[in-house]
Amino acid sequence: MARKASAAKAASAKAKTPGGGKNVGPVRRTFAPWNDPAAKPFILFENVTKRFGDFVAVKNLTLGIHEREFFSLLGPSGCGKTTLLRMLAGFETPSEGRILLDGQDVSTVPPYRRPVNMMFQSYALFPHMNVADNIAFGLKQDKMPKGEIADRVDEMLKLVKLEPFKTRKPHQLSGGQRQRVALARSIAKRPKVLLLDEPLGALDKKLREQTQFELTDLQQQLGLTFLIVTHDQEEAMTVSDRIAVMDHGEIVQVATPAEIYEYPNSRYVADFIGDINLIEGTVASVRSGKVTVDTPDAGKLVVQQDIAADVGQKAWIAIRPEKVRIGLGKPAARTPNVMRGEVWDIGYLGDVSTYHVRLPAGTTVKALQANATRLVERPITWDEQVYLSFAPDGAVVLLS
Amino acid sequence: MAAHQDRAGRRLVILVPYLWLLVFFLVPFLIVVKISLSQIAISMPPYIPTFSLAEGWAGLVDAFRQFSFDNYLWLTEDDLYIRSYLSSLWIALVSTLIALLVGYPIAYGMARAPSHWRPTLLMLVILPFWTSFLIRVYAWIGILKPEGLLTVILQTVGLLSPDEQVRILNTNTAVYIGIVYSYLPFMVLPLYSALEKMDGSLLEAAEDLGCHPLKAFWVITFPLSIPGVVAGCFLVFIPAVGEFVIPDLLGGSQTLMIGKTLWAEFFSNRDWPVSSAVAVILLLVLIVPIVAFQRAQQRAHEREAG
Ligand SMILES: Nc1ncnc2c1ncn2[C@@H]1O[C@H](COP(=O)(O)OP(=O)(O)O)[C@@H](O)[C@H]1O
Ligand SMILES: [Mg+2]
Repeated sequence: MARKASAAKAASAKAKTPGGGKNVGPVRRTFAPWNDPAAKPFILFENVTKRFGDFVAVKNLTLGIHEREFFSLLGPSGCGKTTLLRMLAGFETPSEGRILLDGQDVSTVPPYRRPVNMMFQSYALFPHMNVADNIAFGLKQDKMPKGEIADRVDEMLKLVKLEPFKTRKPHQLSGGQRQRVALARSIAKRPKVLLLDEPLGALDKKLREQTQFELTDLQQQLGLTFLIVTHDQEEAMTVSDRIAVMDHGEIVQVATPAEIYEYPNSRYVADFIGDINLIEGTVASVRSGKVTVDTPDAGKLVVQQDIAADVGQKAWIAIRPEKVRIGLGKPAARTPNVMRGEVWDIGYLGDVSTYHVRLPAGTTVKALQANATRLVERPITWDEQVYLSFAPDGAVVLLS
Repeated sequence: MAAHQDRAGRRLVILVPYLWLLVFFLVPFLIVVKISLSQIAISMPPYIPTFSLAEGWAGLVDAFRQFSFDNYLWLTEDDLYIRSYLSSLWIALVSTLIALLVGYPIAYGMARAPSHWRPTLLMLVILPFWTSFLIRVYAWIGILKPEGLLTVILQTVGLLSPDEQVRILNTNTAVYIGIVYSYLPFMVLPLYSALEKMDGSLLEAAEDLGCHPLKAFWVITFPLSIPGVVAGCFLVFIPAVGEFVIPDLLGGSQTLMIGKTLWAEFFSNRDWPVSSAVAVILLLVLIVPIVAFQRAQQRAHEREAG
């Protein structure tokens, strides 16, 4: 099945040494404990609901996260991501349901006794303490011997490359440096789980990208479980083992970045991650492994997919722009999924061009093409009639 | 051109308060200093020398020759003055500490109250200012006097037998109560503003790192509120040292405060020069430590920034 193959490929791209020898795969040793029915999640939200007054911030949510996983919560602002983290950290109590950490119900454990540390969205550095004291704060609470604290602080400073700033106060640091102090402080105690609330939100693009890779490095080096909140889909795609896409307090889909990208389960997820074309129609036929959708724009389109759908049901064909082929000449007679349209707009981005093509019934489809040759004279220009096509295994049919 | 005008405008804006201070603070103070260097005399005004513009430059030089530090020496000869100063400083210090102990929880509670409640709470703190200070102090006489409200309440509750009465009025205790009551808003307001702007996530971060909330108060909240503590203490301590009305109305004959001594010197003895000297020394006693403190703070700040 195409779906499984793609999932395996995605996982192998981020192959890790499995923890505890749980994942003895037949060929490749990959990190994918969520596919192992015997593996017990390290963090488990069980039917968790959180209400603020009448407002439901988290709705009957169930989610398991495995040890050493780099897990992202992705969703628009206000969808309940922070609330979920704060419940795990202990700052909010679930209105219903329970939260298990390593098999233990932590619902009644106060924050200062949970083996979980959080990196706050605002960093929350103590302004009256210097960098070293900030990092040492958690260690002092544990009554660690002085010498060991000093060693650990030095180690952390080295890890986040802040050794020269040891005695500075937070207000004497740049945004990026503060973020590093916050990170060092939250991992200094070697928590079992690190919660990161939009850790890179305040950084500029370049620093962000650099830090993203440092974060993944760090996570593998220390073998921690990371639960990171973000509203940036690119960030989630880059760093995560798995992503949960949230909407209004509910989880819409949990999957690996590649699965989410290639097989979104709804228009909401498809739209949230990357760019996607949606062509509306009705299900015309469902045969084993093949769905045909009748669209006003391009007649019958075929998608290779196992799906439980009724004939006549409303459906959307979702296809990524880079999987749409565009050409002036009529494709060969047996080419599936051919659509005719008129070039409406062209976005030239240097390496690639995006062609916005208007189909007869009014839907606009974007086709992305690499600019393999120098385009002084465009082969395809505005208002031209073009042919679009896509492979049946390049698209997905969405029912919601 | 525009920049020039702009700068001139800014100077003017700064000039106005300085002129105000010059006319209404520095000039009167210099007059007080001048009187403190003069001698008592039975005349109008009751001291010599006096400047007379009619005598011209020679008269001025003549007047300067007659200045002396006798009054200041006199302050050291009679230990009444030194005892008054020390007693004032002590009463002010104790009152300030009590005001801090009472005011801190109030300010803390206000800063932690739901945000829609805070303007109301702030109003309640300022509310006493809407009645005359003097009336409020008189009200305390009514409360503290032996047959007053406090006695009645304690007798009703049963903490005091019907033939007993509280003995607070005309003691130093009454003075402490009066000062703490009167100056409490000056303690609460700066504390509140320091506590209110504190980022709540700092406490969560402390707790997240394994710090018990009670301990977090001492290692996070209190250190961050120190600017408010310092401002509040100054605002209570400084006026309390020179306080006259409260010790006069609530204190007893044994209550010694420099404000009372000064009043007696000025109105009862009509000794303007000595009372001026008392006032000048009081100002120095207060200003020197404040300036020293501010210098130290500034240096600490520079060290931090450097
Ligand atoms: N303490 C609170 N009281 C009332 N409403 C809250 C509180 N905390 C969060 N909310 C509401 O819950 C929703 C989810 O918030 P949050 O978890 O912070 O979202 P996100 O982190 O995804 O942006 C928001 O609509 C927010 O207004
Ligand atoms: Mg948030």
